[in-house]
Amino acid sequence: MTTARAATPPPAAGPSPEGAGGGPAAASAPAPAPASPVRAGAVRRRPRAAGWLAVAPLIVFVAVVFGLPAFAIVTGAFKTAPGAPEGVHWTTGNVSQSVQGAYLTALWGSVKLSALTAALGVLLGLPLAHAVVTSRFRALREAVLAASGVLANFGGVPLAFAFVATLGNSGELTRGLDLTRHGWSLYSFSGLTVVYLYFLVPLMVLTITPALEGLRVQWREAAQNSGATTRQYWTHVALPILAPSLAGGFVLLFGSAFAAYATAAAIVGSSVPLITLQIANALSGNVLAGQGNVALALSLDMIVIAGLVMAVYLPLQRRSARWLR
Amino acid sequence: MAALTPPATGPSTPTPSPTAAPVRRRGRPRLWRGLVGLVAVVYFLGPMAASVLFTVDVPNEGFTLSSYSGIFGAEGFWSSLRLTLELAAATIAATMLLLVPALIAVRLTAPRLRVLVEVLCSLPLVVPAVALTAGISSVLRWGPDDFAGTPLFQTFNAIQNPGFPVVLLLAYVLMALPLAYRTLDAGLRALDLETLVEASRNCGAGWPRTVVHVVLPNLRGALLNTAFLTLALVLGEYTVASILGYQPFAVWIVSLGGSNAQVSVSVSVLSLVLTWVLLLLLAAAGRGRSQRTARPNRRAAAAPTDAALEKP
Repeated sequence: MTTARAATPPPAAGPSPEGAGGGPAAASAPAPAPASPVRAGAVRRRPRAAGWLAVAPLIVFVAVVFGLPAFAIVTGAFKTAPGAPEGVHWTTGNVSQSVQGAYLTALWGSVKLSALTAALGVLLGLPLAHAVVTSRFRALREAVLAASGVLANFGGVPLAFAFVATLGNSGELTRGLDLTRHGWSLYSFSGLTVVYLYFLVPLMVLTITPALEGLRVQWREAAQNSGATTRQYWTHVALPILAPSLAGGFVLLFGSAFAAYATAAAIVGSSVPLITLQIANALSGNVLAGQGNVALALSLDMIVIAGLVMAVYLPLQRRSARWLR
Repeated sequence: MAALTPPATGPSTPTPSPTAAPVRRRGRPRLWRGLVGLVAVVYFLGPMAASVLFTVDVPNEGFTLSSYSGIFGAEGFWSSLRLTLELAAATIAATMLLLVPALIAVRLTAPRLRVLVEVLCSLPLVVPAVALTAGISSVLRWGPDDFAGTPLFQTFNAIQNPGFPVVLLLAYVLMALPLAYRTLDAGLRALDLETLVEASRNCGAGWPRTVVHVVLPNLRGALLNTAFLTLALVLGEYTVASILGYQPFAVWIVSLGGSNAQVSVSVSVLSLVLTWVLLLLLAAAGRGRSQRTARPNRRAAAAPTDAALEKP
């Protein structure tokens, strides 16, 4: 692992013997011009090519690994399936099919679930983050933030099984409190909402914490000295400042819930219509054979929505960053 | 702007605040904070506790640890675990090799490329894993369809080798890019990279030596963080692998769930515990170093009053 290498003695750049790769250093040192600005330019010139060289692998990697599938999605979404009787030709059939019938239901189900969980995530994450940020115990704060980091990234299968064991049909809580008789089912829209919040709330905590840390105590003191109540402080000072961050958090949570697949697949199979589940089904030919290109069209729908999400999120994030300096 | 306020209001604020304001503020928020904390603890620890209970309390047998001992004997455990760990190691290495030189170069010599790198690393956020998988499987179908008989076909086969599916590695590296970029970029931002590198170069160190012995040790915290996040990503990844038909750890757990719920839950618990242990190790390893570099900034932002009070 790279970290092993990194564990070597601290930097300090002490008495490093000039051997090794002295080449480039020696080359840049005797830059001809004595005037300092010119010399700076000369030092800078050489590594610029090296800069491109260092970035090139990344560019090539993304171009191939991201570019090829993206190309395949965009072109495949507008083509008939390879095995079609009248040959492969351009069509808008896949895309129009992807926003009709069961697929439209799934798309709508995904949007509804994501919007609901994102809104709840914001509402629940904000007080939690606030409680954590204002806590006097630094250790607690760091522990919660670290835990949030894990939980936010730890969606997926283990999470699904933890909830199946807790609230599933034979889960501990379900049996203990006899929840099934009260109409509870984990394998439903509301069940998924509870599960999704498990990774969305920590994500919100992570997203909003920097903004909350940026709320100066002086602002609160200034508000209080001017006679504002806590409520007035929040509605007139804190929330307006936090608004872009909150909106950005909502959008991020929406995107995260929208893209989630593993949790839903492991819990509900396909009893709740979600677009991610539909894509997987269409890909594996579970429902109908030859739906591969419809899956690509559905993917394109998802990318469009995710793209919109990012297009909203990035400016919001930039705007919220203004206050955090 | 706000940084200018404390000295200006300094003499006046401390007098009213210890008397009037805190009395009003202290009581309620503390109760409220406790309540929030309690709800959070119940919600976040509840499922974990219930999972553990679920695995040790089998309905007809009472308390038993058999589901845990059953893990190691379960079919496919070792092979899927090995595959996942290999993929994780390879993903971490590849992500670092791609990103670290690029980010250092962007900081030092090619600031114009910065936007490009940022965009490149954020692109995967726009394509959800399922959509990426749809694209990948469609690309993989080009192999037999369009390139049969050419050398490219061999490549297509090679990257799908079930023993070590390179295609999964590529997908994981792509998916890890956004997080890894942010973590490493934050780490680099906390360093005065230019001065460090200049100092090292003035002492006669070449570029490779500078990077390995000066830059990387200073980045230790960020590197560890990146490695950990990538590891968590690969350990938990299900979407791409399951749709493409491979069986790393997460897929194996789900396939087990159908036949043996107890064991699959206990594996989930174990993998959660494993992740937490790794996190603790990471926190312990990262603390010593990051304390000096990153912490002061964050603390100054978090508790400006402390800084203001210390001054007079």
